[in-house]
Amino acid sequence: MIRAVVALLLALLAIPALAQDSMPPAPYAYNQLDDPRLEAEATALMHTLRCLKCQSQSIADSDAPMAGDMRHQVRSRILAGESPDQIRGWLIARYGDYVSYEPEVSATTWPLFAAPVLLLLIVGGVLLRRLGKRRSDAGDAA
Amino acid sequence: MRSRLFLWVPLALFAFFAGVAGYMLTQEKDEFVESTMIGQPLPDFALDPAFGGLPGAAKGDLVGGKPRLLNIWASWCTPCIAEAPQLEALQARGVEIVGIAIRDRPEDVANFLGRYGNPYARIGSDRISEVQLAIGSSGVPETFVIDAKGVIRYQHIGDIRPEHVAVLLEELEKAR
Repeated sequence: MIRAVVALLLALLAIPALAQDSMPPAPYAYNQLDDPRLEAEATALMHTLRCLKCQSQSIADSDAPMAGDMRHQVRSRILAGESPDQIRGWLIARYGDYVSYEPEVSATTWPLFAAPVLLLLIVGGVLLRRLGKRRSDAGDAA
Repeated sequence: MRSRLFLWVPLALFAFFAGVAGYMLTQEKDEFVESTMIGQPLPDFALDPAFGGLPGAAKGDLVGGKPRLLNIWASWCTPCIAEAPQLEALQARGVEIVGIAIRDRPEDVANFLGRYGNPYARIGSDRISEVQLAIGSSGVPETFVIDAKGVIRYQHIGDIRPEHVAVLLEELEKAR
C-alpha cells in the first residue's frame, strides 16, 4: 500500500520531457502588423497555408513554434512589399503544392477539375435526350 | 441483359473504393513533407555562431572544393541524440558537417555537444527557422547533401540510423 502511494507521488512529481523548444516566438509570430490593410492581407494568406508540423491546421490556427516562424515570414514579407501570391509561390517552391490550401491546376490535380465538368456534360446529355424524347412523345400523342 | 449488368456498376464502384480505403488503412502513414529544393542552389544566408565554441555558418561555408553535409538539428530534439553517433561516424570518414541549430540557446547547444559529442565544423543559429524554411526543411533532424557548387543534392528526413550512413556516403560520392 505504502509502495503504491509512494509510486503515485513520484509519478506526480515527474516532469514530462520537453518535446519543443522554449525560445521566445519570432517577432511577427503573434504580433500583428501596424497597418490594418496589410495585416488583413497577411491573415487571409495565413489561413490558406498549411502548417508543416500539424498538417490538418493552417498556420493561422496553429500554435506550433514552426507555424509561428512561418507567420513571421508571411508578415515580414508582406511588410517588405511582397504580394500574397509571391509569398505563396516562395513556399510552394520549397514544399510543393502541399503547403498551400488553395487548389491549383497541375499535372496531378487536373482530374479534380475535369471530373465535375465531365459529369455535368454527361448529365446534360442524358437530360437532353430524355426531355427531347418526352417532347416528341407528347407531339405524337397530340 | 446488358442493362442488368449495368445495375452492378454502383456496387462495383463501392467495392473498389472500400477496397482502396481498406488497403490504405494497412499502410504506414507517411507524414513527411519532402523539400522541393533538391537540384536548386542553396539560398543565401549568414547565421551567427550557435555557441562560443564554433564559428557560425553562411552559404559560402558550404560552397567549394567538396560536397558537405548540412545538418538541421536542435538541442531540444530527442531524435537528434539518436543520430549523434552516426554523425560522428560520418565525420570520422572525413565528411565535413555544417550544423544549423533551430530555435536554440548557446548554453543548451554547448551542453548537448558536451554530452553527445561534436561532429560539426561550424554551427549557425537559426532562431526563427528562417534558413530551415528557405531550404524546404519541415522538421528536426534533417540532413542535406550539398555539392561543391552549393547545390542541394539530397535530403534525409529524420534521424540518421546506422543503416543510413552508407547511403549518405554514397550520396556524397555522387555529388562529387
